[in-house]
Amino acid sequence: MGATALLLALLMSLAGFCLAKEAVEIGEEPWVEARMLKLSEELRCLVCQNETLASSRAELANDLRVEVRNLVKQGKTDPEIKDYLVARYGDFVLYRPEVKPLTWLLWFGPFAVLLGAAGMGWLYLRARKRHTARNALSAHDRARAEQLLNPVDRP
Amino acid sequence: MRKIILLPLILFVLLLGFLAIGLRRDPHEIPSPLVNRVAPPFSLSTLQPEQALFSPEAMRGKVWMLNVWATWCAACQEEHPVLVSFAQEGLVPLVGLSYKEVQAADAPEGKPFTPEAKLALARQRSLAWLRAKGDPYSLVAMDLDGRVGIDYGVYGVPETYVIDKQGVIRYKQIGAVTPAVLAEKIRPLIQELNRS
Repeated sequence: MGATALLLALLMSLAGFCLAKEAVEIGEEPWVEARMLKLSEELRCLVCQNETLASSRAELANDLRVEVRNLVKQGKTDPEIKDYLVARYGDFVLYRPEVKPLTWLLWFGPFAVLLGAAGMGWLYLRARKRHTARNALSAHDRARAEQLLNPVDRP
Repeated sequence: MRKIILLPLILFVLLLGFLAIGLRRDPHEIPSPLVNRVAPPFSLSTLQPEQALFSPEAMRGKVWMLNVWATWCAACQEEHPVLVSFAQEGLVPLVGLSYKEVQAADAPEGKPFTPEAKLALARQRSLAWLRAKGDPYSLVAMDLDGRVGIDYGVYGVPETYVIDKQGVIRYKQIGAVTPAVLAEKIRPLIQELNRS
């Protein structure tokens, strides 16, 4: 929890740094800032692709934060704001891709692989068990094997 | 049993295939959701102060191209001669969208631009650039604050859109238009669109 708070504080300070450049007042309405920031952390900056919109200092990220802030002020819901950006930049802006047929492989693929592996493991174990059962040693074979293995200890 | 032993190898080769494809792709080229959608409407001042506002509606019935550019953009400098020679063919009208020509950082310390001053400076810079390097555009719309850019999903200039007679975006080029892109993608598409 402490780490999260620290990260949040860091992001906020960064955001403030960027916004100062555009001379947009920050903290004017704290709830707007908080929601804008929370949303921006789930959105990808398209210029520096491994950064969120909240942490990026690219010019476009700055513009998009202003845009998100305006949409929040207009009373748009979070899904509405995300849809607004997806309509323009595609699913790529979302850090957490939506669950839809196109992304099923992405979301469920790892579980399918896990299930497949478990199934194969089960089949393998079953086959081995059958194999050993079929080739079990008779009492006579066992005695002979023991005799061969320990000829001295057991007279 | 024998076949199952080959399975990890097959999976590995498959994975290698995916990685090989991934390596050859440019991660900066994000497919635009706007392709095959109607070009978002806007209404903007143009480079010429006496000219009326430009709106994409005015291009209905024509196949045309919209090129997003700025004088500060390095790739636009490379692209520019290609556009100039393309425009000389007179195949389709090429409309420029001047994207955030004047940045907030350009303002003198503590004195943000008024919208009028921003527009005047943007026009002055763009005109000087076009005068020096040649002007491929039938007109240039001025997107001073990048709002239209957001509607068009612009995230890196230059970007170029091919728009059909119904006003639908049919192709988006991210990054500079090159002679190869013109030959392989844009010219064949324009020919096809002009026929319909």
